[in-house]
Amino acid sequence: MAAEIIELNEQERQLLNQYQHELPLCPNPYAEMAASCGMTEKEVIEKLRYWDEKGVLSRVGAVINHQRLGASTLAALAVPEDQLEAVADLVSGYPEVNHNYKREHRFNLWFVLAAPDQQQLDEVLEDIEARTQLPLLNLPMLKAHHLDLGFAL
Amino acid sequence: MSLNEQKNQQLNQDQSADQSLDPTDRRLVELTQKGLPLDLHPYRTVAEQLELEEAEVIDRLQRLMDRGVVRRIGLVPNHYKLGYRYNAMTVWDVPDEKITELGEQVGALPFVSHSYERPRALPLWPYNLFAMVHGRSEAEVEEKVAQLKQLLEADCRQHQRLYSRRILKKTGMRIKQRSNNSTAKDSTAK
Repeated sequence: MAAEIIELNEQERQLLNQYQHELPLCPNPYAEMAASCGMTEKEVIEKLRYWDEKGVLSRVGAVINHQRLGASTLAALAVPEDQLEAVADLVSGYPEVNHNYKREHRFNLWFVLAAPDQQQLDEVLEDIEARTQLPLLNLPMLKAHHLDLGFAL
Repeated sequence: MSLNEQKNQQLNQDQSADQSLDPTDRRLVELTQKGLPLDLHPYRTVAEQLELEEAEVIDRLQRLMDRGVVRRIGLVPNHYKLGYRYNAMTVWDVPDEKITELGEQVGALPFVSHSYERPRALPLWPYNLFAMVHGRSEAEVEEKVAQLKQLLEADCRQHQRLYSRRILKKTGMRIKQRSNNSTAKDSTAK
């Protein structure tokens, strides 16, 4: 599924870059955004709806720090190539798994997990280890030097 | 100190801080992480759903951000859809006594979207510093990896870059665990 690439014009790029980090926290946020980008409030709302529909935006909303609300970690498995499909499906099947990527390395399956508490997180990791019988890396974040605050597009 | 550094410092200091949310904050977080309404008064619409005043919603969101529970409220772009189809997780084995200094330098680079310290898992995994790099082509990512290498070379014992080859699952980080309705499965990433 090689989805189309959406190209942005300068005004759209400005809108997206400027408001990745901080949406105005006021009664009319889209009006404030419109004013700073030379658009009307209606144009901003229509643009955001269009992007939402096209999948350009994952969402307009909050990014939560899961370590403050529960527990999260980055884990990896070294999966033999012929088992990758099945193991990937097994891992993605856990609701605690948010992201799951195939990467080029002996440890070729990388996934992020979040759970309400450490115990539930540990149970899921143990379960994955037991069901796959594969070497698992558990690499919880110790310190962030740069959080997911977006990057200039 | 930049805003990001302040936020990061606050996050790192608050790691063991009180994690509890009152029930109203919890419902507010659940609603706002799914996405704000795209209408004239999004916070008012959220307030109506929670039977609160608009001003209280705004005030609670501000406090959740101040506490570091909410990292940001903003447009969350899908980089893949915008043409950033290549990403490498770069991993570096640097001396523990230098990791903070080096991590801060790496995190300050404009093209690094995330930079973290993580524990080594010896003997399988000797790397302790992670930095994510994105690009529209593999050449663009390589060029950025080269810049990172230049910065870290003197201290780094070994390093690797792990290209993403397929996105198998990607959902927003949700605290409500059982709502996986936006699973983007099986997108082929080069």
